Amino acid sequence: MPKFLALRDAIRDHVADGACVALEGFTHLIPFAAGNEIIRQGRQQLHLVRMTPDLIYDQMIGAGCARRLTFSWGGNPGVGSAHRIRDAVEQGWPRPLELDEHTHAGMAAAYRAGAARLPFGMLRGYIGTDLPQHNARIGSVRCPYTGEEIAAVPALNPDVAILHAQRADRRGNVAITGITGAAREAALAAAKLVVTVEEVVEELPPAMNGIVLPHFVVTAIAHCPGGAWPSYAQGHYARDNGFYRRWDAIARDRAQFTAWIDRHVRGTADHHAFLASLRLAA
Amino acid sequence: MSAWTRDEMMTIAAARLLADGMVCFVGIGLPGAACNLARLTHAPGLVLIYESGTIGTRPSVLPLSIGDGELAETATCVVPLPEIFSDYLQAGRIDVGFLGAAQIDRFGNLNSTVIGDYAKPRTRLPGAGGATEIAAHAREVFIVMKATPRSFVPRLDFQTSGGHFPGRAVSGATGSGPAVVVTDVGMLRPQGPRNELALAATYPGIPAQEAVAAVGWPLAIASTVESIAPPAAAELEALRALEARTAAAHREPVRLPL
Repeated sequence: MPKFLALRDAIRDHVADGACVALEGFTHLIPFAAGNEIIRQGRQQLHLVRMTPDLIYDQMIGAGCARRLTFSWGGNPGVGSAHRIRDAVEQGWPRPLELDEHTHAGMAAAYRAGAARLPFGMLRGYIGTDLPQHNARIGSVRCPYTGEEIAAVPALNPDVAILHAQRADRRGNVAITGITGAAREAALAAAKLVVTVEEVVEELPPAMNGIVLPHFVVTAIAHCPGGAWPSYAQGHYARDNGFYRRWDAIARDRAQFTAWIDRHVRGTADHHAFLASLRLAA
Repeated sequence: MSAWTRDEMMTIAAARLLADGMVCFVGIGLPGAACNLARLTHAPGLVLIYESGTIGTRPSVLPLSIGDGELAETATCVVPLPEIFSDYLQAGRIDVGFLGAAQIDRFGNLNSTVIGDYAKPRTRLPGAGGATEIAAHAREVFIVMKATPRSFVPRLDFQTSGGHFPGRAVSGATGSGPAVVVTDVGMLRPQGPRNELALAATYPGIPAQEAVAAVGWPLAIASTVESIAPPAAAELEALRALEARTAAAHREPVRLPL
């Protein structure tokens, strides 16, 4: 049975300095509130894992939370660069960032293997790319039946996965609808799972083939409406594409970025206050 | 209808390549406009797949990201991302992978990873995303990129995705590689035993010399060069309406139900 906690307590209890942490959600249901809380609590030296480190990791890396990044695509979707990630890679600011770089198909295989507690994932992948020359963790195995050489990636088993979901019921079952990306795989690959939710309901609607994470795989749940903003929660609010565009100018400059984080993240007590500081909540 | 721009010609020429009923994996950026224009004009049965897991999506506006809510709401189904890459792409169910990139070389190899040295890059780009495996496993690959000598280069800084690289046939790649590169100054197609890209089509009023000047390697001219018809009024109207709807939708303020 997961614990229902305030987000502050969930992060304090389950995200330690130096931990391997995966905040997942593929354009949809990105756990921004949790990312902000990690910044607020000043976590350091994290090994961040995420297929698409976009604004959420731009913020966390720019705020100095990370030492290492496992990823397959890092940018501001449809807008351009993740400027803070670029600055960390190109200039080592605010600290150097070690890269463990993959392709989407490779990351997906690594999460799937992690979820199944297998040592590695395999795929017919990393073909025609220089990536394996720069990442010694990308290997290969020989099929015992056909002799075919197949790419291999070590399983991903983060210390904690953090997701945002539409709803949980009072027993702690978590339901996600819409685009799920690799959220389910990341959740099951991690040792612990922390979920922020838009709403807590008595009874979930029948899921049929929808994605449900049953209560016994969930460690902690924090009720956090608006917790995916500026990404979106299908059925609750749309993606704030205007903010993704505005972020480009905020993140381009170190001083401007730091001022934004100081004012809106470090300078607010919680996610509701964060949204209020941006005039998104009363 | 007013005169067309080169960007419009590029998008319309790219859209025309997609036949009705094809299953198309849509890459981030320029490909999205071409794929959706095709679906809204001559190819209503085009099946668009985005890496976010949306299959058969029919958005009325172009998404900013490859996972906007509109893509899920209008899809035939939404599946987890690992399934898209393993059970659809790797399993050989994609007819066309449509890609863009920061750099391309004469064999259609693509770079979307770094400019400069990998360990100490001048410009860190987003990275592979889905492109490496799309380039390997889609039956055919279409590429759309604006041509400049900085982007059409003799030598890539980093090879993210494979085109007609040596050994492709025995590499495990199941697709046949780049079939066409659509630019704003003409279209290139592979030719000869090494599948080197050559100018294969020109647009009205844009001479072959302009394409040659925009490409950073000595561009070969194909033995027959097709003349592409100018955008039809209906194509231009559909593209401009799509872009206007998109701009209006992206200006809508978001309200959180708090």
